[in-house]
Amino acid sequence: MAAVQETIERVKALDVSEYKYGFFTDIEADKAPKGLNEKIVRFISAKKNEPEWLTGWRLEAYRRWVTMREPNWARVSYPPIDYQELYYYSAPKTALGPKSLDEVDPELLKTYEKLGIPLNEQAILAGVEGAGSDGRIAVDAVFDSVSVFTTFKAELAKAGVIFCPISEAVQTHPELVRKYLGSVVPPTDNFFATLNSAVFTDGSFVYVPPGVRCPMELSTYFRINERNTGQFERTLIIADKGAYVSYLEGCTAPRRDENQLHAAVVELIALDDAEIKYSTVQNWYPGDSEGKGGVFNFVTKRGDCRGANSKISWTQVETGSAITWKYPSCILRGDNSRGEFYSIAISNGYQQVDSGTKMIHLGKNTTSRVISKGIAAGNSQNTYRGQISSHRKATGARNFTNCDSLLIGNDCGAHTVPYIESRNPSTQFEHEATTSKISEDQLFYCMQRGLSAEEATALIVNGFVRDVLQQLPMEFAVEAQKLIAVSLEGSVG
Amino acid sequence: MTAQIIPSRTAAEAALAEAFANGKAGLPGAEAVARLRDESFAAFARAGLPHRRIESWHYTDLRTLMREALPIAPAPTREQLESLRKEIAALPAQSLLLVDGVFAPELSGALPQGVTATSLAAALASGRPELIESLAAAWADADDSILALNAALMLDGVIVEIAPGAKIAEPIHIVYATLGAEPSARFSRSLVKIGAGACVRIDEISLGLGGRTGQTNNALILEIGDAAEVGHTLALTDGRPGSMRLESFLVKVGARAKFDSFALITGAGLVRRQIFKLFEGPDAQGTLRGVSLLRGREHADTTLFVRHAATGCRGRQNFRYILDGESTGVFQGKVIVSPGAQKTDGKMLAKTLLLGAEATMNSRPELEIFADDVICGHGATCGGLNADQLFYLETRGLPPAAAEALLLDAFAGELVDELGHQGLVAAYRAEVAAWLAARAKSETRSAA
Amino acid sequence: MLEVKNLNVAIGERQILNDLSLSVAPGEIAAIMGPNGSGKSTLAYVIAGKQEYEVLSGEVLLNGENVLELSPDERAAKGLFLAFQYPVEIPGVATMTFLKTALNAQRKQRGEEELTIPEFMKRVKKAGEMLDIKPDMLKRALNVGFSGGEKKRMDIMQMALLEPSFAILDETDSGLDIDAVRIVAQGVNALRSPGRGFLIITHYPRLLDHIVPDTVHVMAGGRIVRSGGKELADELEKTGYREYAGESEELV
Repeated sequence: MAAVQETIERVKALDVSEYKYGFFTDIEADKAPKGLNEKIVRFISAKKNEPEWLTGWRLEAYRRWVTMREPNWARVSYPPIDYQELYYYSAPKTALGPKSLDEVDPELLKTYEKLGIPLNEQAILAGVEGAGSDGRIAVDAVFDSVSVFTTFKAELAKAGVIFCPISEAVQTHPELVRKYLGSVVPPTDNFFATLNSAVFTDGSFVYVPPGVRCPMELSTYFRINERNTGQFERTLIIADKGAYVSYLEGCTAPRRDENQLHAAVVELIALDDAEIKYSTVQNWYPGDSEGKGGVFNFVTKRGDCRGANSKISWTQVETGSAITWKYPSCILRGDNSRGEFYSIAISNGYQQVDSGTKMIHLGKNTTSRVISKGIAAGNSQNTYRGQISSHRKATGARNFTNCDSLLIGNDCGAHTVPYIESRNPSTQFEHEATTSKISEDQLFYCMQRGLSAEEATALIVNGFVRDVLQQLPMEFAVEAQKLIAVSLEGSVG
Repeated sequence: MTAQIIPSRTAAEAALAEAFANGKAGLPGAEAVARLRDESFAAFARAGLPHRRIESWHYTDLRTLMREALPIAPAPTREQLESLRKEIAALPAQSLLLVDGVFAPELSGALPQGVTATSLAAALASGRPELIESLAAAWADADDSILALNAALMLDGVIVEIAPGAKIAEPIHIVYATLGAEPSARFSRSLVKIGAGACVRIDEISLGLGGRTGQTNNALILEIGDAAEVGHTLALTDGRPGSMRLESFLVKVGARAKFDSFALITGAGLVRRQIFKLFEGPDAQGTLRGVSLLRGREHADTTLFVRHAATGCRGRQNFRYILDGESTGVFQGKVIVSPGAQKTDGKMLAKTLLLGAEATMNSRPELEIFADDVICGHGATCGGLNADQLFYLETRGLPPAAAEALLLDAFAGELVDELGHQGLVAAYRAEVAAWLAARAKSETRSAA
Repeated sequence: MLEVKNLNVAIGERQILNDLSLSVAPGEIAAIMGPNGSGKSTLAYVIAGKQEYEVLSGEVLLNGENVLELSPDERAAKGLFLAFQYPVEIPGVATMTFLKTALNAQRKQRGEEELTIPEFMKRVKKAGEMLDIKPDMLKRALNVGFSGGEKKRMDIMQMALLEPSFAILDETDSGLDIDAVRIVAQGVNALRSPGRGFLIITHYPRLLDHIVPDTVHVMAGGRIVRSGGKELADELEKTGYREYAGESEELV
């Protein structure tokens, strides 16, 4: 019962049903003109002082993009996006290339402090009780279009780990960027990935050399601040042979009446015996209780288990965004490689979530595991969409999928759309899904013991998603648990 | 999935347009029916043959698979019908014979009290608006271009009406017979209206007279009245390589009714079976089962749309596939719980044994749920035979081939046994055994 | 009789049995005891012919004939029976159908006539009564929904029906309460005969209070490390496997 008591207290201590990250930072920005054309693409590339090959790469993507249409197969509906009404580049004027924390605009530092993301390494050390090196987290902070600061770079460099904004990596490690960029999500992949390829502004770059276990958690914190600004970040993580890295991203945005567009691309590459663990706590502004505003989140995330015995694990806690369209996937190319997807997707208000994964089994004896927990409340729609497929030559492929949905209230919808495609008799695929509501018996039991309906619901939901929460790094599991309670507020009674 | 596709008309689509333009004047039905046909054909023409970008046809790309549209079989002549007398002598009582899609009352058996059967053509001419409405089957979920094509070109079919409260002891058979050696196309649409509280079983069987090469597009609509009890079976076991069979089955289940359906598909070129099941009244129960056994390059697709539009209904969907050779199995099952359909209990399970190294299984069990107080679930498994089971059987002395056969027979037989009716179980288990024996024989042949 | 000679077995890259030798005479009941992970179940599976094990070298002779090249069903027809630690569930196959199929398959391999239905029913009834198996259980699918005890009794009933010349019982007592152990032991004891050998694999000595062995072998690290009479089992009851732990740990 100790755990229960703790949860109740935590739930009680939470803020009211306000999106607490909804503030705006008043900071002068350097913006590109509104709209999108080849000139803007060149402008972004020039701002970043990019080599010619990359400018060409962007332009090719742009030319392809103008011939493409927005996909419409997902179960989401939204007013047409006018791509000419957006800004494609916005950077805090003071943010360009700070060498140390002292050079970072104090307004920015305050913003991140308010978000609970301290960028001061000393403060981080002080803030962690009994801090061993394990308790530390290196952070890359991305504010609108650019990375404003990366912590612990020097210490990571000692281990040989490269962790820096991707725009910096283009300058300092062009051979790595050129070799791997677009090798998992090609610039032609889909409408939003192609758009991202043309206009991506920043994002994180990670390279872990052979045999190295990254000495700390790496994390990127994304913040959309500017009005009418699309955020198009690009993340590239390479774990060389035998390397290991755990990476976390977090996201917030100010409350705004209009919608903000976020179209990111994340590429992961795991070579022989390497492992990448990628966790997301996505808490973009979901819009207000009437469904006004909120972030449109169209994200392409894909990992390539390129080497034998490699492993990629995705964990996501999705509570924000008006629209979520994302399918973190694994291409299981290397023999004996393993892919995992653990997801909690919570929707409330008028949120629409269409999320899931793809596990593409190509190599021999590849295994994958999918655990998805969807919770729909309010007037939201919550869809799991997943594809599991095995290639003719993928002998011994195994998948286990479990997706459970929970409905809270009678005006929401929960949907499950799995695609299971098997082309090899030695493949074993197992899929199970359930949809139910919180049992009246459980609620009554908790309420009889003194919990309010809301507390009881949060408690039961936390139990429902436990399998997935356990996959998160400790610090974030606690954060995620709080988020879940907050995002369900107002859903009962 | 993002590039825009503006399909040009395929040869088959062009041929169907021509067949409709030339033939529609001769098709049965007065003005209202003619309008229905025109609208239906226009809907088909707009969408064209379904292809992989249509979600519900993703794994059966008819645009590619249907290379040509065969000429529509002409209505059988009196002489042709007479010549069938000998062939149908062995048919069970209460058989309603459809020859190339045309109802032949003179060859059909006597019906018990409370049951009437007329031809579709007669029903359309009768001007009974409620019948025409039933036949039009304008259901929200049944927005499908193959069904629209069937509505446009339906030549005939049988309308069976079961009186309220009638308890029909012996099953009613709908028998599909095919004439002539020339490959041709057939379009039939039948309707069975079952009155409240009635009790009946409908068995669909095929009589492979001239062989089932050619193309069939059948639709059967079942309207089940409140508190009626209905059993249904379908045997699709007589197909030939190269044949194409499109079967639409629409079932409307009334309040407190009980419905139970089973189908066996053994091969046959290309089969697409689509079932639209609608729980219209509260507290009904409905079960759909199916077994598909495929070899060679056969392709069989079973696609379900099960809508719970009323409270407290229990739906069970249970399908199994055994895929050998280079065959392709498709299972798509979409269970939809409408807003307000509380206390729905819906379960679906699709299991596949993949035997052939070149075989493919595609499953898509979907849930779409808009009510919170429900218990819904689905499961899907796909894999080879269980190695532990095989080993266990072998340690008990069964040679590998016998162990495999036992497990395959059990896998398919489990669903057959749920039919409960002794005669049906025996007949369908015999079909399964025959398929397994034929498979074993061809294995020995190819091994030799 | 069963003779195992210098058997080396690996699964993947890991060697599990190390030059193991063992001999069980006709009519003898031999017990193999040992800590978890010592390779006991592997030995049972290899003798019965499970595929994923690789026999690196050595022989397994059943009544003088090397059976390692034979398939599991051929070994069964030659009189070998394995009672599984975890009897397998086979949905859709009625137990009665299974028993008949197995019995007749073995008879056919040995060139014997199929049993008549009355004769078969008579034998099933007799075996069923001995192991407290209700006729209703025989109608259900094999082992599906059976309790742990029912599954084990069903396996021993099969042994009674198939009348093997050599039977291996792999942890048949695991997961059983004392009453079930007694029923299973009664079944085994009833089948003791001068021509029939048994190899009883067990982790706990308690089964051997009910089925008294002629010889007891201790297995650790993939080989027999000690042999003796029933008194060895009594000794293990007091001391446990601690002194053998080192040998099996290297396997883990």
